[in-house]
Amino acid sequence: MLSNKHFISLKDTPKEDIMKLIETGLSFREVLERPVKKVPTLSGKNILNLFFENSTRTKMSFELAEKRLSADVTNFSASSSSLNKGETFRDTVQNIQVMKIDCIVMRHPSPGSSLQLTNFVDSIIVNGGDGCHEHPTQAMLDVMSLYEKFETFKNLKVAIIGDILHSRVALSNIYALKTLGVEVTLCGPPHLIPIGIQDLGVDINYNVDEVLEWADAINVLRIQRERMGIGLIPSVREYREVFGITSKRIENLKKEIVIMHPGPINRGVELDGDVADSDNSIILNQVLNGVAMRMSILYHLLSEGDTIND
Amino acid sequence: MIKGDKILNGKWILSGGKIYDPFKEKYIEGNILISDGKFEKIVNQNYKDKDVNIFDCEGKIITHPFIDLHAHFREPGREDKETIESGCLSALYGGYTTICLMPNTEPPVDTPELIKFIIDKSKEYPVDILPIGAITKGQSGKELTEIGLMVKEGALAISDDGIPVEDSRIMRYALEYSKMFGIPVINHAEDVFLRSGAVMNESIESTKLGLPGSPPITESIMVSRDLMINKYVKSRMHVPHISSKESVELVRKYRETSDEVTSEVTPHHIYFNDESLSTFNSNLKVAPPIRSEEHRKALIDGLADGTIDCIATDHAPHNIEEKESDFMHSSCGMIGLETAFSSSYTALSKEKFSIEKIISFFTLGPSKVMNIKKEFLSPGKQVEVVIIDLNKEWKVTTDDFKSKSRNSGFIGHKLKSKVTSTIYGKDCFINQ
Repeated sequence: MLSNKHFISLKDTPKEDIMKLIETGLSFREVLERPVKKVPTLSGKNILNLFFENSTRTKMSFELAEKRLSADVTNFSASSSSLNKGETFRDTVQNIQVMKIDCIVMRHPSPGSSLQLTNFVDSIIVNGGDGCHEHPTQAMLDVMSLYEKFETFKNLKVAIIGDILHSRVALSNIYALKTLGVEVTLCGPPHLIPIGIQDLGVDINYNVDEVLEWADAINVLRIQRERMGIGLIPSVREYREVFGITSKRIENLKKEIVIMHPGPINRGVELDGDVADSDNSIILNQVLNGVAMRMSILYHLLSEGDTIND
Repeated sequence: MIKGDKILNGKWILSGGKIYDPFKEKYIEGNILISDGKFEKIVNQNYKDKDVNIFDCEGKIITHPFIDLHAHFREPGREDKETIESGCLSALYGGYTTICLMPNTEPPVDTPELIKFIIDKSKEYPVDILPIGAITKGQSGKELTEIGLMVKEGALAISDDGIPVEDSRIMRYALEYSKMFGIPVINHAEDVFLRSGAVMNESIESTKLGLPGSPPITESIMVSRDLMINKYVKSRMHVPHISSKESVELVRKYRETSDEVTSEVTPHHIYFNDESLSTFNSNLKVAPPIRSEEHRKALIDGLADGTIDCIATDHAPHNIEEKESDFMHSSCGMIGLETAFSSSYTALSKEKFSIEKIISFFTLGPSKVMNIKKEFLSPGKQVEVVIIDLNKEWKVTTDDFKSKSRNSGFIGHKLKSKVTSTIYGKDCFINQ
């Protein structure tokens, strides 16, 4: 059993839960290597992927995870603009409630929406990303990928580099990594690092070269193009010069460093293509682990007691 | 039509309570004798009359009902949220009989005709409704309203509340022009560029919630500008819903050399801090936002040393649909009239404020700010009293409100003290 009925935030998720999810995730990873990549674990359970925001990759990853657990899957996509047209969040979810869904995976542009959803429906809620708040399943696949690579979290140093302020990945990662005892440094433009974040036990360093020297692994965040042209990031070339993980920077390092990215990558902006494709990179492992970890999370939330290999 | 729960026909004695005159700042010995809704005299404990009815006030405080400098009733335009009538009911059950209404209705109260509409509409209610006119036409921040004509119809101040006057030149004209009418200018101080799309205070709490935050200096930057203009043109301004430490410091400094600035704070800014938003309760989404503990403490210090003159509710009704939308999209504001005294008492009694001081924030303080002439118990005039039980504790529930709206951040909170009755003339409003 996990300590919470829902999977909404990693803020108070205990270490035991995180480790349990990683271990199950690694077992599912083996399932994914089999010729028949499906288990009957969630047969008869229905899961709704409720996406109020486009996210092809997260949605695909969840859908694959659900199907490989033999759950019945329904997809509902609503543009966030329909929310602005007077259709209340409550109306949408109440429609869903009467259809007796076991579990809802929700992606929504507003922070707190997953928590709010728990007030309106009885289903188990999985946060698939709520605005700039959290993306707990992404952070779980990130820590699983780190564990797969390093086999321990002891003495591990991880840097998160980029636009921390607008990232849902960063906060969930910080919570999970700090719970696991990992040292975390944030690196990015000062105005894109949110106020007071040091209170969560992380360090801040604006010098990317120093951060690369320090870190065992770096999680490079996507720089969203819409942040440019509104005064937040002057230009691609300036960002690349100051914070870009370029081939040159990696070549100059006199040590190994693990490269992660939640995707999709802006090649040549925050991360050079050949760095992303290099042996240092575990980016594609993250994608595969994403399916395995989401299987693990859904398994623990929905099917406690059954064994994976039934 | 508003009618009391009990009609006090004939002679009544308010028996057993402690009577406090907040305008003369002294206690009155004896009992209040009312005759057909009018104050007759103070009588002693042994007063006997076979025709007199007894209204038991044992263990309670009897004082002048409260004055709110800052409420939003939604008439005209959004009567689904609050009408003048429902707002008056909400006021009466919260212990208020005098309410200054902000002009941001639909359309905004920006003409003498609309001021007259509000006054005419509220004449029949047992609450003194005092309208505040808009500073600029349509609250667009561009062109001054007919301030003189609005004052002539009964406007007692001007404000574009809800929207800041961004243009410093317009703010200067507003302050300079309104000088000759002797009314305060009330500017909703928030630098809209710095605020941008923020929905709460900027701090570690906004960081933890992933919500865009508005830094405290968003307010003080504009307060600073307004104070400078006010000094330059030698006018009279009032800072509404002050929320930050920096603003309190600016007002305190200014007041060392001038009496021409006053300020108010809301009950929610002195009761909550931004950690209270951790569950994304959209009823706590207000403008200006509820700030961190450091700021809450500074507001309390401001009340203690007189930098802040009074407590005003910023009663802002919104329907459930607007509040139940997700946090980013939900409307700003909470209702406050029915919880204002109890929540303020709960917050301030902890900080060793005397009951007399707390009452002054609801009576003497606001009357001075807006120059509202009030007298407690004048013989032959309609009686106006509020009866408060300081020993009562109550948990706020959604059923407790007479307001048409339910958007209170205090729902679920246990508050100390309760307004048990408000009497205006013969009408007596009783909280169960």
